[in-house]
Amino acid sequence: MTETFYEVLRRQGITRRSFLKFCSLTATSLGLSAAAMPKIAQALETKPRTPVLWLHGLECTCCSESFIRSAHPLTRDVVLSMLSLDYDDTLMAAAGHQAEAIIEMVKEKYRGNYLVAVEGNPPLNNDGMFCIQGGRPFVEKLKETCADAKAIIAWGSCASYGCVQAARPNPTRATPIDKVITGKPIINVPGCPPIAEVMTGVVTYMLTFDRIPELDRQKRPKMFYGQRIHDKCYRRGHFDAGQFVEAWDDESAKKGFCLYKMGCKGPSTYNACSSMRWNGGVSWPVQSGHGCLGCSEDGFWDRGSFYDHVTGIHQFGIEADADTIGGAVAIGTGAAIAAHAAVTVLSRIRSGRQVQETAAETAP
Amino acid sequence: MLSQHDIQEAEQSGHQVYSVYVFEAPLRAWHWVNALLMVILAVSGYLIGKPLPTLTGEAADHYMMGYVRFVHFIAAYLFAAGLVARLYWAFVGNRHARQIFLLPFADKTWWREVLFELRWYLFLESTPKKYLGHNPMALLMMFFFFTVLAFGMTLTGFGLYVEFTGAGGVGDFLFGWVVPLLGGSQQTHMWHRLGMWFMMSFAVLHVYAAIREEVLSKHSLISTMISGWRMFKD
Ligand code: HEM
Ligand code: SF4
Repeated sequence: MTETFYEVLRRQGITRRSFLKFCSLTATSLGLSAAAMPKIAQALETKPRTPVLWLHGLECTCCSESFIRSAHPLTRDVVLSMLSLDYDDTLMAAAGHQAEAIIEMVKEKYRGNYLVAVEGNPPLNNDGMFCIQGGRPFVEKLKETCADAKAIIAWGSCASYGCVQAARPNPTRATPIDKVITGKPIINVPGCPPIAEVMTGVVTYMLTFDRIPELDRQKRPKMFYGQRIHDKCYRRGHFDAGQFVEAWDDESAKKGFCLYKMGCKGPSTYNACSSMRWNGGVSWPVQSGHGCLGCSEDGFWDRGSFYDHVTGIHQFGIEADADTIGGAVAIGTGAAIAAHAAVTVLSRIRSGRQVQETAAETAP
Repeated sequence: MLSQHDIQEAEQSGHQVYSVYVFEAPLRAWHWVNALLMVILAVSGYLIGKPLPTLTGEAADHYMMGYVRFVHFIAAYLFAAGLVARLYWAFVGNRHARQIFLLPFADKTWWREVLFELRWYLFLESTPKKYLGHNPMALLMMFFFFTVLAFGMTLTGFGLYVEFTGAGGVGDFLFGWVVPLLGGSQQTHMWHRLGMWFMMSFAVLHVYAAIREEVLSKHSLISTMISGWRMFKD
């Protein structure tokens, strides 16, 4: 008989009081009304537990690090007890064959009814030999595990877009999950790492409501990635006013002006940092005085300097940005025009002389 | 419809002058409004990416970036509306109104004319040809560096614009696909900015070629875009 979430939680020593607190916390963090709380509680009490298998490909474990530091200890405890029960190479007690057997067991028992969360991505070059787990390429394990899954969560920029291991020239051909797994719902939760509350929020939403959250065009949950950093940044007033930091130690930096000119990527980055912040709301990059790096955007390692607003263009093979190339085109055009005009004038003068000469010759 | 000066000139030189009406009023109005908007968009756009020196004092006392962006977006709406209106005019206007949208790519003589123009600009031909509509070489440039680019700028521009309003809604429905297609917001900014430089380079080239042809080819260009009449002075 499969257990319900509630039974699992109670078995893990979580009191009913804590359980209800967790439910209201979840409702709040997902932006739902107070009426949603009893619904969440009811769902968790009656629904059979959905197992989550957490796989690790090429990654740095920053997603896991972020996840286990979720702001509210309650959220962490509850979500971890829901998750760690099954499979997570870095967090579980089991190891070796015993651990790998768990995947088989879950696949068998919960066919089409378990979630796979993937941290990192599979490298495809040399038959996937750059990431070996349990004696075989990670890409095989990934495909097999995902084959019977209900949905797949791609944790972080690695799984969503490729991140640093896929940065140019991407020697191992590290490939995002949605390019390897097809025909399954995939939820991208980008960020390097994603915010802990965003991660727990996504998992809780899927486990309690038994459906995937509403996604945008890049398969990101709209509730957390619907707006840019810039849209909710507390320094936005300075942006609109035209008050910018121009050097790291200038007066504007001390006054906390906008970091746009220092290369802040807030205007082109979708994430919840400026509203949820980090480490339980302690701070976030812009608040610490450094611009956003755009870590939750596709290919953020390959977009030129972190400290320029106008960014690099790789198609041209050299370190260049829109202004250097565009400027060169404009100057080139100007120079060509000047040269062309000069030649035009010269040839006019010459042919003018010829006309005069012929006129003089033919004159009686 | 000859200007006083042209008539005088014709009489003096004893040359024959005749003129044909080529560009209708709406097209000419659009041309000049569009030129002005392009300059406004390029300057305000440049300042969006590389803003003016910082202002001091209280944030509440200024709205510098706000105004620059406001100017860009107002001009952008007019530019886009103009483009749509111009497209409409291509259907209802005379055949010259269709030129910059439909190039006779399949026409061999047209390509020969392009080649001729290329030779003319490379000083390999001594006498220029005259055209009722656009010079084929100019048309080729106009098509790629104006028509195609203008739609590109409008799409990338509105793609960026609807980011402000967020997911969902009409704007997102119409233009929300642009940013993901180009590989993200940052990339879209990059292309939009590069487009500005190409457009401006073309504009300078366009002005130069127009003045040069006006002087050398004995048929009017600049005044044609003002009065609508193409003058042939032989
Ligand atoms: C001739 C046409 C245009 C030119 C030359 C032009 C030029 C520029 C330039 C150079 C930038 C700065 C890019 C950067 O460095 O980030 C910019 C930004 C922008 N433009 Fe345009 N643009 C044109 C048309 C449009 C149109 C039709 C729209 C439609 C609404 C538009 C909307 C925007 C937006 C939303 C931004 C970003 C503003 C921001 O990030 O605050 N542009 N434009
Ligand atoms: S600091 Fe960055 S995110 Fe904040 S207003 Fe300035 S550019 Fe936007």
